[in-house]
Amino acid sequence: SVQAHKEEDNPQKTMEVNGLTPVPHSYDYDLIVIGGGSGGLAAAKEAAKYEKKVMVLDFVTPTPQGSSWGLGGTCVNVGCIPKKLMHQAALLGQALQDSRKFGWQFTEEVKHSWMTMTESVQNYIGSLNWGYRVALRDKKVTYENAYGEFVGPHTIKATNKKGVEKLYTAERFIIATGERPRYLGIPGDKEYCLSSDDLFSLPYCPGKTLVVGASYVALECAGFLAGLGLDVTVMVRSILLRGFDQDMANRIGEYMEEHGVNFIRGFVPIKVEQVEEGTPGVLKVTAKSTTGDQMIEGEYNTVLLAIGRDPCTRKIGLDKVGVNINEKTGKIPVNDEEQTNVPYIYAIGDILQDKLELTPVAIQAGRLLVHRLYAGATTKCDYVNVPTTVFTPLEYGACGYSEETAVEKFGEANIEVYHSHFWPLEWTVPSRDNNKCYAKIICNIQDNERVIGFHVLGPNAGEVTQGFAAAIKCGLTKEQLDNTVGIHPVCAEV
Amino acid sequence: GKNEYDLLVIGGGSGGLACAKEAAQFGRKVAVVDYVEPSPQGTTWGLGGTCVNVGCIPKKLMHQAALLGSALKDAQHYGWNISQPVHHTWSVMAQGVQNYVKSLNWGHRVQLQEKKVKYFNIKGSFSDPHTVRGLTKAGKETVVTADNIVIATGGRPKYPMDVAGALEYGITSDDLFWLKESPGKTIPLLMSDVSLECAGFLTGIGLDTTVMMRSVPLRGFDQAKKTISFTTQQQMASLVTEHMESYGTKFLKRCFPTKVEKLKSNRLQVTWKNADLDTEETDSFDTVMWAVGRAPNTKTLNLETVGVKTNSETGKIIVDASEATSVPHIYAVGDITEGRPELTPTAIAAGKLLAQRLFGQSSELMDYDNVPTTVFTPLEYGCVGLSEEAAVQRHGSDNIEVYHAYYKPLEFTVAERDATQCYMKMVCLREREQRILGLHFIGPNAGEVIQGFALGIKCGATYPQMMKTVGIHPTCAEEVTKLHITKRSGLDATVTGC
Repeated sequence: SVQAHKEEDNPQKTMEVNGLTPVPHSYDYDLIVIGGGSGGLAAAKEAAKYEKKVMVLDFVTPTPQGSSWGLGGTCVNVGCIPKKLMHQAALLGQALQDSRKFGWQFTEEVKHSWMTMTESVQNYIGSLNWGYRVALRDKKVTYENAYGEFVGPHTIKATNKKGVEKLYTAERFIIATGERPRYLGIPGDKEYCLSSDDLFSLPYCPGKTLVVGASYVALECAGFLAGLGLDVTVMVRSILLRGFDQDMANRIGEYMEEHGVNFIRGFVPIKVEQVEEGTPGVLKVTAKSTTGDQMIEGEYNTVLLAIGRDPCTRKIGLDKVGVNINEKTGKIPVNDEEQTNVPYIYAIGDILQDKLELTPVAIQAGRLLVHRLYAGATTKCDYVNVPTTVFTPLEYGACGYSEETAVEKFGEANIEVYHSHFWPLEWTVPSRDNNKCYAKIICNIQDNERVIGFHVLGPNAGEVTQGFAAAIKCGLTKEQLDNTVGIHPVCAEV
Repeated sequence: GKNEYDLLVIGGGSGGLACAKEAAQFGRKVAVVDYVEPSPQGTTWGLGGTCVNVGCIPKKLMHQAALLGSALKDAQHYGWNISQPVHHTWSVMAQGVQNYVKSLNWGHRVQLQEKKVKYFNIKGSFSDPHTVRGLTKAGKETVVTADNIVIATGGRPKYPMDVAGALEYGITSDDLFWLKESPGKTIPLLMSDVSLECAGFLTGIGLDTTVMMRSVPLRGFDQAKKTISFTTQQQMASLVTEHMESYGTKFLKRCFPTKVEKLKSNRLQVTWKNADLDTEETDSFDTVMWAVGRAPNTKTLNLETVGVKTNSETGKIIVDASEATSVPHIYAVGDITEGRPELTPTAIAAGKLLAQRLFGQSSELMDYDNVPTTVFTPLEYGCVGLSEEAAVQRHGSDNIEVYHAYYKPLEFTVAERDATQCYMKMVCLREREQRILGLHFIGPNAGEVIQGFALGIKCGATYPQMMKTVGIHPTCAEEVTKLHITKRSGLDATVTGC
């Protein structure tokens, strides 16, 4: 913080100290944001409020399959938004079945139209892209649909679709370039496989799908594809939802399996070949066991890779300005004020090392950063007890420690886990899955039985978890939880 | 002692059963007497009380049926091809609901048996402070004596005594959930939480429904001082009813009924006075449902004989902070008690704590502050803490800040649903730490949203703490953590984009 203030007073001096040629005091912009996603746009709009001259550079390199999209970043275009809408489509499919037990009558056979759904979803996303452009214009933030990369101190080169290059200078920069899906590096992956970047705008029904991966992206996509009536298989290398509470992860997997999703555990694909062209075509996948020499083959209409995401930091000229990145992961380490090792360059969102890859975190970090830079605030982004939700068919909401991590940090004898299965009232009449929904809280015995972890598996997990996260922020203890009366009849009262 | 039981509970509902089962955990000899006086229409039900049989449970299930009707419409936008028209059959729903309720009745009987609580299906009344007697259905007299007695007899729907034909031809919520055939064109009277919830789901399943209301809000419909009856919350009540109106429920405002008559066609003709136009109007309906409040079940208990004091206006039993009545060793919990919220979870909690104090060496009293609640109208309303009006009254409008927002649930976008009434507000103290006094939310899954925040308020949550909490995206609940426009500022409170 002290360093930032010094730099504010005399950026030129900092440049000299760094041994770089000083750049003239009058920059084109006060702030240039590279990346028009959740974090970038939030920061840009906030900075404009303080009458700063701001520019946003956003550019989407098309996927190997040719998919691209508008302003707004991952969340809006190929993340949270379309994901939740397609998840909702799948939930509605289930609702249709339930409704018969509640007295609704309609034809036995109900089919789903991928095209109708995708068109609606894309239309909505289009309205968001448009909304962002209008918002930036209204706030007088300059927006360029161009690929930004550093070429020297305080200087960035912006290249648009037509290849036209322009140079811009700014006093400060925020890197918010986010990530893109990783490919396996096997024959046929880029030619024939899709990623989440392609799925949400796919102009044909994916058909029989193999999802490779065990991330939340893999499980959420597999979940809604199955819910829409497609034949889905998930190929998992080892465990599900690495980094999440494993007990909860296994319950999610079990539920999906019981509801028609096939799982192939302990295999990785080694090649993908095309058997038939088409939309969709037929692909042949060959996979090898992780524990032996066993090989298997399978044919699918679509192969969806969801094995992880890599930060977009390798080709933006960071070496030209001396910003350090983790060479192995590509992520950018920052201090607790989102500052990189170069004082006038900041970073927020998914590209940060050791931080959470979530939209609300990026937005919060971006806004608070701007407050600190231009409004004299000192509040830093609080990355502790950030709640999250996985929108699998049985939704999972969590805040705080997983059971494993709590045991590791505090010792098994010092934590108490309270848990319960529950049956949502709405599932009784249609006789759905008794005893699948589950909730647990993890308490620190030594600290007044403070609630340090909250986990719930059930419908509307996100809505349920949000309030608990606020309570955990207030230092909720088990006693206070017990003293709070439940709302009846809802799932959250469990 | 000379008494047969350590504890006798009169009333096998939410509060009564919770108290009895808790006492049994301490190894005490416990008995429960439960009896359902048939409604004027002849409806009756099993063990479990109002919530299980004619309250929360069937209400939420029928609300769910109505929500599923909306889901069917939404589904088309999400790509599901459902051939029109879609029909709803009351008897399929009613049977599903009634079967589930019966399974709960059974479950309660089994639980009492497992916990060795003796159950009598008798209509009990006091003969002395430690003795209750009553007749079984077969006519046999049973006498039960106990050291401690807990009265948990709940309430039953009122009938308006000044409307001719009300009793003969009208039904109440006691009957609605047990109807075997569709109620058809229905008029729930008058505006209350119950009538709005019922009108909501009846409209949702395709029935022609009209709600009549004297005025907004309706005085005397607050069930108890501490109940967050949303009819006292003008703004929230308007938003909820506006939504219902846009979805087809008819409202007759500033009207009150004068008589109900039966027509030759067997339909019912309702006559009412329109206070605005000063005219008399009529219309015919298949069903007239009264929802004018609930009266405590105390008349047949013989409370005067033992000296248990009741509130002269409401008829409810007066209790102190430990649920004790004016007579030693006689207690009361639940809807029957004066000044308490009429909610299942508070009755259960109070009943359990009472048993723990009587038999478990605990001294913990029930905390009735900041009890969260939800009204399950088509667009649900959940809240915890003070209403805006109550906060202003208590602290003065200069000392409170109201943050609010109109938001749009993501799921409404593709479904092309109107979100005009989706709204939330947070009432805070203005000074220093800005403690949150109340939170109000209108939208889907309101109960799920509010529950966790109720915990926060129990912990003394402040506005800054709420703002420090990161949102879960995309949900409706995250908007609570982003509230920043105040009513005072007069700025547009519509949430825009990510």
